[in-house]
Amino acid sequence: MAIDGAVGVSELPATKLLRRGGIDRLLQASGRLVRAKPLGALGGLLIVGLVATAVLAPVLAPYDPIRIKSADRLQPPSLRYLLGTDDFGRDILSRVIHGARISVFLGLGAVGISTGLATVIGVLSGYYGGRIDTAVQRCIDTLMAFPGLVVLLTIMAMLGQGLGNVILALGIGGTAGNARIIRSAVLAIKENQYIEVARATGCRDWQIIVRYILPNIAAPIMVVATLGLSVAILSESSLSFLGFGVPPPTPSWGAMLSGSGRTYMLQAPWMAIFPGMAISLAVFGFNMLGDALRDLLDPKLRGRTQGRA
Amino acid sequence: MFGYLLRRLLLLIPTLVLVTLLVFSIIRLLPGNIVVLMMSEQGYASEQAKLEQMLGLDQPFYWQYVSYIGKVFRGDLGVSFWTREPVLDEILRRLPVSVELALLAMFCGLLIGLPTGIVSAIRQDSWLDYVFRTSAIGGLSVPGFWMATIVIVAASISWKWVPPMRYTPFVRDPLANLSQLIIPAIILGFALSASVMRMTRSMVLEVLREDYVRTAWAKGLPESAVIARHVLKNAMIPVVTIMGLQLSTLIGGTVIMESIFVLPGMGKFLLDAITWRDYPVIQGINLFLATGVILLNLVIDLLYGLLDPRIRFG
Repeated sequence: MAIDGAVGVSELPATKLLRRGGIDRLLQASGRLVRAKPLGALGGLLIVGLVATAVLAPVLAPYDPIRIKSADRLQPPSLRYLLGTDDFGRDILSRVIHGARISVFLGLGAVGISTGLATVIGVLSGYYGGRIDTAVQRCIDTLMAFPGLVVLLTIMAMLGQGLGNVILALGIGGTAGNARIIRSAVLAIKENQYIEVARATGCRDWQIIVRYILPNIAAPIMVVATLGLSVAILSESSLSFLGFGVPPPTPSWGAMLSGSGRTYMLQAPWMAIFPGMAISLAVFGFNMLGDALRDLLDPKLRGRTQGRA
Repeated sequence: MFGYLLRRLLLLIPTLVLVTLLVFSIIRLLPGNIVVLMMSEQGYASEQAKLEQMLGLDQPFYWQYVSYIGKVFRGDLGVSFWTREPVLDEILRRLPVSVELALLAMFCGLLIGLPTGIVSAIRQDSWLDYVFRTSAIGGLSVPGFWMATIVIVAASISWKWVPPMRYTPFVRDPLANLSQLIIPAIILGFALSASVMRMTRSMVLEVLREDYVRTAWAKGLPESAVIARHVLKNAMIPVVTIMGLQLSTLIGGTVIMESIFVLPGMGKFLLDAITWRDYPVIQGINLFLATGVILLNLVIDLLYGLLDPRIRFG
């Protein structure tokens, strides 16, 4: 990657990919992923399934996820209701399918905020260094002293329940850790000779950041974002489970496990089993893919995971 | 060593000042509708002026902070709106439950994570390594609260066992207390073991590549001697840092387990405080936990230096 940068990378990898016959290259890259990291590819497949479910939710779901049907309450799984019904007679399968939508939307929103903020903070802190860096790093130390779930709960206690507030809380909560990772990536890039050359040829700071730093930290940003999605989905489900996340009747996976899912867990275990499986599969997918991407994209980590001494 | 300690302690000052500023802001940043709810829903005060006085908002901003810091130094974290008891007393009363759960969980986590991590590294890329690594990512993906729910459902259906609703303190009946805490501790420990396993594996792998290990192989030592005498001895030192890195997960996990298994710890208290909109308690618990995490991390760093003579406190 560093060598690419030396000859002048002026666009982000995604645009470059599209320019050189996008689909073919994407297929090639996927083929490489399957061969090199089969488990990562399995993760990728799970994510494709999750996103497809989220997009096609209204078509795939056999019933309305929030319509109450008291005659059919607490039905066990059957041909009519494949995953059973809850205490309001709502179809669990339809709710799990629509829950994918909430998770994807929420994950993307939260990761968008946390990665965006972290990139700005990490790049500025790493690139400029000196006092700015010291001050920013002290702030990050401070934020990281607060346990993640406690921060989320506190932010929710201040903002009140709601999907938008959960996204904001998860976004803010994930920023500090990500900023630190992105900063260290910038520090590693900054020492390269091509940055020195760029500066010597009269490039301004913002030009160096946009043309040389950002394209070269795209890989760690992608890894951070992928793993961030798993953390966001898991954290949302914890918040909703504890009753401080997405309010009812929105079919969030965590919320389905909370409240009545807990009250009826002995009479109707399917109410708790299936949403939990959905959370685990989605998080598992993002974790597998994120791990594989880290091994493939980060040359420094690549050496560590291969070969035996 | 003394100079290093002094520098670390000096660095603590800005961090702690920032922590208190953040915690102090919790009440100051409350949106107006929440303040209205504190009066209408919880009935903490009949009029806004009275509530502002209770929250200490009736004074100039800088004075509010100075007086807050003064109180914190005297160990006064305010009074709970709900229980009307000093917040610090309430926290200290519940702390032993959370600490016991956290220690038990950490023990379970190390018990599962260390051996699997070591085996995984020594037999890198074998089927056993793949099984352990995949289960570790699985362990990181399964939400603890879901695992707890499944355990409770399975135990009640198979053995007609339900978790007791009343907490028994350790001093009254150690056996009853442990039997109550062991299940949440194992579930939490299982989740922790995933990270412990992954970190142990990468540390052992790193040591396996060291020159002195190659020398040990070259002089013909049997595998058991190389692993026990040269690899594990050096790889186990950084494991101390795992505990520091896992603190946040551990505390989050105790909040969830205390909620599911109805244990009267600090996590349960935080959740109750959020329900009751008891902001002095939310503030106090945040300050207490952040300060605790910072101090524990300092202790772990120092311990690490003491255990590993190669680390110089320069």
